[in-house]
Amino acid sequence: MIGEAIAFYMLAAITLLSGVVVVSSPNIVHSAVALVPAFLGVTGIYILLNAEFVAGVQVLIYAGAITVLILFVIMLTEGGTGLRLQQRNEQGTIGAVVAAAVAALLIAGATRTVWTPQPGTLATYTPGAIGQSFLGTNLLAFEGTSVVLLVSLIGAIIIARKED
Amino acid sequence: MPWYLELLRAIGGTIVIFSGVAIVAAMFGVLLERKISAWIHSRLGPTHVGPRGLLQTVADTIKLIQKENIVPQNADYKIFASAVLIVPLAALLDYVVIPFGQTRWGPLIFRDLNIGVLFFAATSSLVVVGILMAGWGSNNKYALLGGLRSAAQMVSYEIPMALALITVAMLAGSLSTVTIVNAQSHLWYIVAQPIAFLIFVIAATAEVNRVPFDLVEAESELVAGYFSEYSGMRFALFQLGEYGEMFAMAAMAVTLFLGGWHGPHLLPPVLWFVIKLYALIFVFMWVRWTYPRFRIDQLLNFSWKVLIPVALANLVVTAFFVMVVHP
Repeated sequence: MIGEAIAFYMLAAITLLSGVVVVSSPNIVHSAVALVPAFLGVTGIYILLNAEFVAGVQVLIYAGAITVLILFVIMLTEGGTGLRLQQRNEQGTIGAVVAAAVAALLIAGATRTVWTPQPGTLATYTPGAIGQSFLGTNLLAFEGTSVVLLVSLIGAIIIARKED
Repeated sequence: MPWYLELLRAIGGTIVIFSGVAIVAAMFGVLLERKISAWIHSRLGPTHVGPRGLLQTVADTIKLIQKENIVPQNADYKIFASAVLIVPLAALLDYVVIPFGQTRWGPLIFRDLNIGVLFFAATSSLVVVGILMAGWGSNNKYALLGGLRSAAQMVSYEIPMALALITVAMLAGSLSTVTIVNAQSHLWYIVAQPIAFLIFVIAATAEVNRVPFDLVEAESELVAGYFSEYSGMRFALFQLGEYGEMFAMAAMAVTLFLGGWHGPHLLPPVLWFVIKLYALIFVFMWVRWTYPRFRIDQLLNFSWKVLIPVALANLVVTAFFVMVVHP
């Protein structure tokens, strides 16, 4: 238990610190790169929760693909790199108030919920169980998501090929 | 197991994997590459240091450790320095799920993860981040071009590779590498899935940026690509990452398609694994010193218009056989 607690607080610290760098760094490339430790910290927490499959997907999609996509877009955008961008504007106070309200809501929700104390049972081979649930009980949500992704894909092609 | 023992085991494993990769993959791999290229070119290769030039890379490594670390004046130091850590780290992580052999106490693997194959795909995709960071952080147009090419190439070839991995996982009914090797005790998957094997090897060559897909570091146009500005130990770490990744890809191909440690009982299982591994490494090197380089548009077209449709069709046919013909 002590080991788990140490691991959790270290991972949480890594995630939060890199998150602060993401939103506060004046250099947009630094912000994008700082996403990697943030994603990996979250991955570690998934592993602590025995959610290995989700952890693998988190690294593959977020740390490996989304970050690369963001970096790629920044580097191909004219004038996107090398600038010292202002990360804050005049709406900072309103943003802080909204963030504090959301935080209060989350803390209240987490402390007032009655949690079931015993851990759930884990399938011996989780990827199979996840596949069954995607293509069985949650089929509609799964297919709905895939249609949304397809629409955004086609939309991106249409926007990119406007002049043809 | 108590947590501090787990931690010690992890630290020990890291040291073993790092030194193993550094000595076997990077140092010996470079020597092997030079000797094989020399043999293909009808040259002698390194001959002076040690018997038959065997100690050449040891001398090179000592030289690299002594060299000055040069950081270009306009480089982005934080990104420039941390990129060096990501590339070898991602390569080393691959070895966690590779089963090297079978012993009396069980398979010789650092950790038989439930999601082994997915873990492999995930960690090898992290290399791109390091390469992009190196290219951008160097503040050099050749390095940046190399980094951007690498991102386009690796993102494109990750998809056919993942599709080939899924095909094998479907046949074995598991993502765990040990289960996949055990499923091949009678028939290697190279026989059942020759197309997936071919796709995997092509995509692996592209993922590790070797000829004919080495546009990332094309010497004639980009100096050395994303690591042009690196010197000394940092350069050595990139080399380590590159060779480590190549050996990991070959080891994964052996695990998935060539029956892993299985072989006639004449030799111990670990030896079978090593023999198959080096046979594949030899094929990678043979290809490197025989074929010319692709153009970037040919490279991307080949992935999106040939490999991915073929891999998808192969996946559908395999799914049909697994689910309908032999359920």
